Amino acid sequence: MRSYLLRRGWQSLLVLFGVSVVVFLILHLTGDPALLLLPPDASAEDVARFREAMGFNDPVAVQYLRFLRGALRGDFGESLRHGEPAMHLVLERLPATFELAGAGLLLALCLAIPAGIVSAVKRNTPVDYVSTVVALLGQAMPTFWLGIMLILVFSVRLNWLPSSGRGDLDHLVLPAITLGLFTTARITRLTRSGMLEVLGQDYIRTARAKGVSEPPVVWKHALKNASIPIVTIVGIELGTLLGGSVITETIFAWPGVGRLSVQAIFNRDYPVVQAAVFLLASTFVVVNFLVDLIYTYLDPRIRFR
Amino acid sequence: MTPPAVATESVALAPPRPFTEREWMALLRRLVRRRTALFGLVVVGIAVLTAALAPVVSPFDPLAQEISQRLREPGWQDAQGRIHPLGTDHLGRDILARIIYGSRIALLVGLAAVAISGVLGMAIGLISGYFGGRVDDFFMRLADVQLAFPFILLAIAVIGVLGPSLRNIIVVIGVSSWVVYARVVRGEVLSIREREFVHAAVALGSRDWRVLARHVLPNAFTPWLVVATLDMARVIVIESALSFLGLGVQPPTPTWGGMLADGRVYLSTAWWLATFPGLAILVTVLGINLFGDGLRDTLDPRLKV
Repeated sequence: MRSYLLRRGWQSLLVLFGVSVVVFLILHLTGDPALLLLPPDASAEDVARFREAMGFNDPVAVQYLRFLRGALRGDFGESLRHGEPAMHLVLERLPATFELAGAGLLLALCLAIPAGIVSAVKRNTPVDYVSTVVALLGQAMPTFWLGIMLILVFSVRLNWLPSSGRGDLDHLVLPAITLGLFTTARITRLTRSGMLEVLGQDYIRTARAKGVSEPPVVWKHALKNASIPIVTIVGIELGTLLGGSVITETIFAWPGVGRLSVQAIFNRDYPVVQAAVFLLASTFVVVNFLVDLIYTYLDPRIRFR
Repeated sequence: MTPPAVATESVALAPPRPFTEREWMALLRRLVRRRTALFGLVVVGIAVLTAALAPVVSPFDPLAQEISQRLREPGWQDAQGRIHPLGTDHLGRDILARIIYGSRIALLVGLAAVAISGVLGMAIGLISGYFGGRVDDFFMRLADVQLAFPFILLAIAVIGVLGPSLRNIIVVIGVSSWVVYARVVRGEVLSIREREFVHAAVALGSRDWRVLARHVLPNAFTPWLVVATLDMARVIVIESALSFLGLGVQPPTPTWGGMLADGRVYLSTAWWLATFPGLAILVTVLGINLFGDGLRDTLDPRLKV
């Protein structure tokens, strides 16, 4: 158990190290970060002075180490546009993104797990067909189109819900549906196939043969065993949700990290971009490490692998 | 060089060969018998034909602006008696024509990016699975690093730095999508490399690259194909998302995502601008997904993608 945790922890650290390298390299993609950071009309002397001041003339390895030292303290430099520390700006927006991603995930779990179970138990009935078709459509529907259509119907036409901004629960409904639908569709299909697999197992037949009534068979015996792939996908889907927040936040003018990043990219405000990408990627790594911990409780066999 | 290895194994240790033409036809027949897969195949076929024959099937020039005829409703008939089935956009361009031409970018980016990531992932999967050990560890950690980034955020950050162009979009999506392929191929290789025909080839003195190319790769091909098909749908959504954010192929070239972004502005007055390009994405992606699902169910039902 301990050695498993140590190994997983070490792997997560390695991954975080890799993440930092990639985030560092974003600025060096074109070969000259000074030209990226300065306005296009900067004079040649200004560029040269800036390059020297920022240390862009040093060997790349030295620059990376300097970047890493900053990153470990949460220092990604100052936002070029707002004049504040970039990390500060991102952290300020983080609660909004977590609120949206959390709402999307909650919605997905509340809809998908019951839908998947019912679909599996009532296989090849109209209920199953409807849930399967909805799941297929949900997986094929681009987030940005769904968001726009929801605004068209519920904000523009019916005037029921606000189309932009963050505030009370009203504001959360449309963005959460937009962000959560793809994940809902994925988890529905996964739950359905997982449950179908488990329901065909011998121990389920044994339980039924012993006279256990249907609800406990489904909810206790089967669901518990089908839950491991669901827990895995929740960790992975978090990446989808954090990534999807870029689009969803842009559509609904939701003041989160995703929208901030898109604005920062258009403003060429690269320190903010780096801070945002680094923070979201690290969140994903940490959450997936935690998911692994949950696993070892659900399935003790994993500890010994 | 044709070493005795080939001759020997064809006698006693014939490996499961890649498909012959007749088997491909049989597979196609089985696919067609599944109604959903057939539907997918038809949709994909229509999309490919539309893209290839855009100048022939398009009723209008997708770039021709006619400001006096802007924002006309679907089915509107102009002075020359020509019908615009899906209406016109804010510059008076025919929407159907733009959707037809937009399919070119979507499919081109889809095919090219899948080709890059597919080849890259196949190579990494083969090497990782066959050699194992340190090499395997390295590539699998690299895969974790890649997956830690919310895909769309990394893509817009990199494209924001490099500048949006057709080539950059294809390369960025292609280079960062190898992980699924690598994992699936690696999994296959892990079991294939323990099979007798591989041991036989090695014992007979075949070099590693030859074993990989002649014996392992053909057997890892079918799962790879399933992944490639399903991944194409994902790439098309990502391309439209990039275009939607303004980081795709630049105007005036019609892209589905770009049309959606234009239409968003006129949502309250002209619903058709944003609705139809989104439907085009939805139907195309749904078709590819259904075809891919059918392909998986006929080729390799146990494959979890």
